[in-house]
Amino acid sequence: MKLLSYFRGEAFQRGVHPPANKLTAGTKIRRLPFPPRVIVPLSQHIGKVPRPIVKLGQEVVRGEPIARTDDWLSVPHHAPLTGVVEFIGLRPGVRGSWVESIVIRAHPGATQEDLWGQARDLTDAGSSDILQMIWDTGMVGLGGAAFPTHAKLTVPKQAKVHTLVVNGCECEPYLTCDHRVMIEQADDLVQGIRYGMRATGAGRAIVGIEDNKRDARDAVEAAIKRAGNVSEGEIYAEMVPTKYPQGSEKMLLMALFGIEIPAGQLPVSLGMVVNNVGTLAALGKLLPAGRGLTERVVTITGPGVAKPGDYIVPLGTPLRFVLDYAGAPDVDAKQIILGGPMMGQAAASLDVPITKGMSGVLVMRADDMALQADRKTYPCIKCAECVESCPMGLNPSTLGMLAAKREYDRMGAEYYLGECFECGCCSYVCPSNIPLVQQFRVAKQILREKAIAK
Amino acid sequence: MTGFVATAPLASPHAHSGGRVTWVMGKVMLALAPATLYGFWLYGWPAIHLWVITILFSLLGEAFCVRLMGRRAIPVLMDGSAALTGWLLALSLPPWAPWWLGAVGGLFATVIAKQVFGGLGQNLFNPAMVARVALLISFPVPMTQMVAALPLGSVGAPDFVQGLRITLAGMPNYDAVASASLLGHAKTELSRGIDLVQTFASANAPALSFIGARTGSLGETSALLIAAGGIALIFLRIITWHIPVAMLLGIALPALIGHAIDPARYLGAGTHLLSGAAMLGAFFIATDYVTSPNTRLGQLVFAFGCGFLTWVIRTYGGYPEGVAFAVLLMNALTPAIDRLIKPRIYGRDRKGKPMELPEEKA
Repeated sequence: MKLLSYFRGEAFQRGVHPPANKLTAGTKIRRLPFPPRVIVPLSQHIGKVPRPIVKLGQEVVRGEPIARTDDWLSVPHHAPLTGVVEFIGLRPGVRGSWVESIVIRAHPGATQEDLWGQARDLTDAGSSDILQMIWDTGMVGLGGAAFPTHAKLTVPKQAKVHTLVVNGCECEPYLTCDHRVMIEQADDLVQGIRYGMRATGAGRAIVGIEDNKRDARDAVEAAIKRAGNVSEGEIYAEMVPTKYPQGSEKMLLMALFGIEIPAGQLPVSLGMVVNNVGTLAALGKLLPAGRGLTERVVTITGPGVAKPGDYIVPLGTPLRFVLDYAGAPDVDAKQIILGGPMMGQAAASLDVPITKGMSGVLVMRADDMALQADRKTYPCIKCAECVESCPMGLNPSTLGMLAAKREYDRMGAEYYLGECFECGCCSYVCPSNIPLVQQFRVAKQILREKAIAK
Repeated sequence: MTGFVATAPLASPHAHSGGRVTWVMGKVMLALAPATLYGFWLYGWPAIHLWVITILFSLLGEAFCVRLMGRRAIPVLMDGSAALTGWLLALSLPPWAPWWLGAVGGLFATVIAKQVFGGLGQNLFNPAMVARVALLISFPVPMTQMVAALPLGSVGAPDFVQGLRITLAGMPNYDAVASASLLGHAKTELSRGIDLVQTFASANAPALSFIGARTGSLGETSALLIAAGGIALIFLRIITWHIPVAMLLGIALPALIGHAIDPARYLGAGTHLLSGAAMLGAFFIATDYVTSPNTRLGQLVFAFGCGFLTWVIRTYGGYPEGVAFAVLLMNALTPAIDRLIKPRIYGRDRKGKPMELPEEKA
C-alpha cells in the first residue's frame, strides 16, 4: 500500500494546497485566565438537547455536571468554573440565533481547581465500562465535528473493529492545537489511544500525521516508547503527504491504506474507527482523573492577533474575553472566523462563547477584509479547476450551473450532491470566484427539507 | 502575509487561491506573444495592423452586445476573453489580409459565436474558430492568399504607412510576394496528379522549417515558438498536457501509418505536426476551457478526435488545412463526452453505484 501511494505520488485523489500559515506551530500551549463569567450553550452537538440539572442561584463546583440527558446521541455538560448559576435562558449562540444557555459567574476567590473529579483505577475496566465513562465526561469530537465520542467508539453488534485510526492531520491552515497537543500531551494521547482501543476492541492504532509536523511524529513515537509494554506494531505513527482536506476521515483512510469507504457506509464497516488526537489526548487525561470536559485547547491566531498561540480555554469563555487577552481588543465580529479558514464559520458576535467543537479563532485584519470588496464574480469558464480539486470526485462546475438554475433534484440524483462534505476546495480554486460550496450548502438543505416533506 | 486572499467571513471557505479569470486570459496571451512577435517581424507592418484591427473589432462586438443588454461594458471586457479571441483569430488569418477580413471576423467571433450563446462560458463552439471557418467559407480567396515572408527591415518590406495601405486598401503587386503554404501546395500538386515524392523533390517546394520563414498565417509560421508558449502554459498550470499530447497523437498516428503504407499519397507525421495550425490548435485552440470536456479522460478523447479529424480533412477533404473544422466538430461532441465520461465519485463505481464491501478477511 505504501509503495502504491509512493508511486501515485499523492495522499488521496485531488484536494488543494492552501498556504499553511501555521503561525503558532512553535509556541507552547498557554493557559488563558479564567473569565469572570462563562456561557454554556446546552446544544453543542447532535442528539437531544441536555436539560439543566442546576437551579438559578445554585453554587457549582468546577467539573460538576450541570446539564444531562438520557439520549444516547447526546452528552452532559460540566461546570467550567466554580461559582454561581447566574442565569438560565437564551443567550447569543455560535450560529447567530439565541440558544438556551447556562451562565455561571465565577467566585472571585476560587482557585478554580477541579475538585469534583475522583481519581480511579481503570485496569479492570471493560469495553462497556470505558464507553460509559467516556459518555460521562461529556466528550465530543474536538476536531470540529463535535460528534459524541462514546457513540463513535461504540462498535455495532455485527461489526468488528481491528484498527483505531488517530487523526493528527490538522489540514486546516492556521490551526495548530492538535499539533501542539501531540507534542506536549503525547503521553496523555498514548493513554487515550489505549482507552480507545479497549473501547472498540481494536488490536492496533495508527496515528496519521501530515508530513509538515515531523516534530509531532517524533513526540508521539517517543511517548509510545516511554509508555513501555506496547508490543511491536500495536501503536505507531505514520506520515502522510500534507494536503487539504486530509483531516476528513475518508481522505485520511485513503492516504494511509489506499482504501475507500463505499458510499453510504462508515469506516466501521471496514473494521476501522477514526478519532481525533485532541479528543483522545483529553480522554487520556480525564478518564483516570474521573473528570468531565471543562476546557479545551483553542488556536487563537491570524494576522489580527498580537499574541497568537494555542490556549487552554475554559468552555463557555466569551469570545470578547479571549480576544482581549490574546491582543485583539478592538476587532469587529466581521473579522473573526471560528475554526479554520476553509471550513470555519463566521462569528455572529463577540458575545458568543467558546464551545466544545471550536478548534480555532482566526482573526483577520480589517484591510484583509477590504481586499475582498473588489473581488468580482465572473461566469463559469468551465476551466475544471474545481473538478480537479474535489476530493470526492464530484463535478462542482456542473453542480454550480444546476444550482444557478435551481435544479436541485438533478443535483442530488444525477450528480450525487449528497456526497459533498463541504470542504470548500471548489470555491477556493475557482478563478471566477463563484461561491460554489456556499450554493451547495443551500441546495443540500433544500434537498433535506424536501426529503422530510415527503 | 497570509498568502491567500481572505474573503469576508459569511460562509466558508474564507480563503481563496487568488486565481482570476483575467489572469488566466492574460497568461494565455503572454504565451502567445513570442510567436506573435516573431510573426510580426516576419510579415511586417501589414500583419501588425491586421492584428490590432481584429482585436479591436472583437472588443467592439463584445462591448456592443453587453451594452445592448444594459450592462456596463468595461468590466466585461476586463475579463480578457474577447481580446484573447481576437488575438487567436488574428493568428489564423493570412498576414496580409485586408482589414475588413479581420473586422468582420472579430465581430463575428464575439457577437455571433459568443454573445448570442450567452457570453463567456456559455458558447458551445470556439469563437475564434467559428469566425475563421465563417470567413473561409464566405471569402475563400482572401482567406487563402498567403504571402512569402518579408521580414521587417529587409529590402522591399513595407514600412508603417505602406503597411497601412496594404491592410486598408488591398495588396499591391500581389503576385510578387505570393506563396503557398506547404499543406496547400501539397494538396494542389496531388490534385494535379503529381505525387508527394515528386512534389517535395522539386526546387520550388515550400520549406518545412521548424522556426524558419514558413509561409502561412501568423500562428502557423513558427511551430517551435507556438509549442514553447504552449509548454509554458503547462508549467504555469493554465492547461495540462492531456489535450495537446492527445491531439498531436491524433494527427501523428494516422499520418505515421499512412506514410508508411504509401509515401507518395500520404504526408509524414513530422510534416503534419509542423505544418499548418497543428501546434496552435493543440496548445491554444483545443485547450479552450469553455468548449472542451472537463474531465481528464474526456479531454483525451476530445483531443484525439480533434487530431484525427484534422488528419482526415487534410488528407481526404477539399481544404488543405482542417484544424478549425476538426475542433468545431469535436466541440459539438463536448456535451456528450461530459455526459458519458464523469469523474468517478469516491466510494462509488464509474456508474455511480456504491462500491461493494470487501469480503471479510480471514
